[in-house]
Amino acid sequence: MNRIRLVFSGSGGQGVITAAIILAEAAVIYEGLNATQAQSYGAAARGGATRSDIIISDKEINFPEVTQPNILVCLTQEAYNTYSGIIRPGGTLLTDKRFVQTTRKVDAKQIELPMYETVVEKIGKPVVFNICVLGALIGITEILQPQSVMASVADRVPKDFLTMNNRAFDLGLVLGAQFRR
Amino acid sequence: MPKNIRFVQGNEACVEGALYAGLDFYAGYPITPSTEIAEHLSERLPEIGGKFIQMEDEIASMCAIIGASLTGKKVMTATSGPGFSLKQEAIGYACMAEIPCVIANVQRGGPSTGNPTHVSQGDVNQARWGTHGDHSIIALTASNHQDVFKMTVHAFNMAETYRTPVILLFDEVVGHMREKLIIPEKGELEIVDRLRTSVAKDVDYHPYLPREDGRLPMSDFGGEHRYNVTGLFHDMWGFPSNNPKIVGGLLRHLIDKIENNVQAITRYKEHCLEGAEYILVSYGSSARSAIHLAQNRRNKGEKIGVLELQSIWPFPTELVKEKCSGAKAVLVVEMNMGQVLTQVKAAVKNPDRVFLANRIDGKLITPSDIKQLLRVIQGRGV
Repeated sequence: MNRIRLVFSGSGGQGVITAAIILAEAAVIYEGLNATQAQSYGAAARGGATRSDIIISDKEINFPEVTQPNILVCLTQEAYNTYSGIIRPGGTLLTDKRFVQTTRKVDAKQIELPMYETVVEKIGKPVVFNICVLGALIGITEILQPQSVMASVADRVPKDFLTMNNRAFDLGLVLGAQFRR
Repeated sequence: MPKNIRFVQGNEACVEGALYAGLDFYAGYPITPSTEIAEHLSERLPEIGGKFIQMEDEIASMCAIIGASLTGKKVMTATSGPGFSLKQEAIGYACMAEIPCVIANVQRGGPSTGNPTHVSQGDVNQARWGTHGDHSIIALTASNHQDVFKMTVHAFNMAETYRTPVILLFDEVVGHMREKLIIPEKGELEIVDRLRTSVAKDVDYHPYLPREDGRLPMSDFGGEHRYNVTGLFHDMWGFPSNNPKIVGGLLRHLIDKIENNVQAITRYKEHCLEGAEYILVSYGSSARSAIHLAQNRRNKGEKIGVLELQSIWPFPTELVKEKCSGAKAVLVVEMNMGQVLTQVKAAVKNPDRVFLANRIDGKLITPSDIKQLLRVIQGRGV
């Protein structure tokens, strides 16, 4: 497989880092690939801007930072304004309709999905928003098997919340599938 | 999927390595970017009957592990720059009293409280000379999680073999990033256990009388033998002495036991080194960038190799001299103002052809940072 470089960005508390860990962990544990996950580390637990870099490859990964992501996820306007310019030409840029108004024209496939709205409407718990984003990402890009990511979610999420997370993932998967590349 | 594949932070790989090596006592005081080591051990150690103590500060933590080691435990503490400074006096005590212990320093920017959440490799010389007085020390490092695990095991083995404190010099990038770790099966890696004395109870035991092979068997303090432990120069009973023969002999022993075993202690890796015209000497997270560059340029036919040091102290002078002998130029890639550079310059035949590729702004040095400097050295401009 080709090396896939992803950047997840948003604000502290949205579950950006958790989503990044789940995705990279799924690649390593359930698909036998290599992956690295690194994050900007600072006082952004609540409200500050957060960013996480993920690299997935079947080969050795050394330098763990992403300078030009193939896949960029921006979950706040600030994240979009900051990072949309770094996307690799021809890459995929995923944003949420509620939080981001896309303004710049970048040489990438820009996909805006109502992930937050769907989660609130169908589940009523915004806490699983990040898992819906992961579902959408897998739906669009098919970089990993959905069941691998779900297995990784199951490893990290308390048992009582698993059904809710599964639903959020499926909702995202359906939203994303219409834009399958 | 096999159970022993994990996706973890480097700090957790260190925890797994320590437990594999037989750690059963940890005392520490949390500090970024090392905190996850304490966090995970606070959960894991009690599960296996070990002890985890959060002490009031770093000094007390260091003293606590020294005491616990004397009673027969395999011990460790973890910290970062400011805490590492505080531990120095007690590290000297452990050198002098020959007490096996492992100190992980997950480096961040300094001096002082510096840059807590960002990467640096500025404590290389502090690991060597942080505590006062003539002494020798072992300091190990790693650039990826599999090696963090291995080097942690090696650290415990070296601490037991030479009865000495061993420093694990990790850094923020390796400590915090996540990647794959395959936990070796039991028995796959060698474990050196505590060498205990065969002297029977109530028979005179000399805590500082070396065996023929130079090793000093220990007796669990508070157990079968009474003996003295001090930071003063001491005789074979452990009692203070200023007898010139004893003072000179002990200091020589403390240094020789490490410097005479550089080969046994040294760990390193070669990446694309065969026939390399330009050699990057690096370690820790900056080695990841060096390896990335070397592999990329190799694919394009450029002869760039990496000598990755996994043990920094005692410095593998002969190894560096030999590996760099055919190079047109050597670039030391590190995130400080040239702490390993000085050692490399002293090791090679042609120190004028040794250059520093560094970054000291809290950001991980990138492959393109190194590439630019390399182009300048090669006379190709940037």
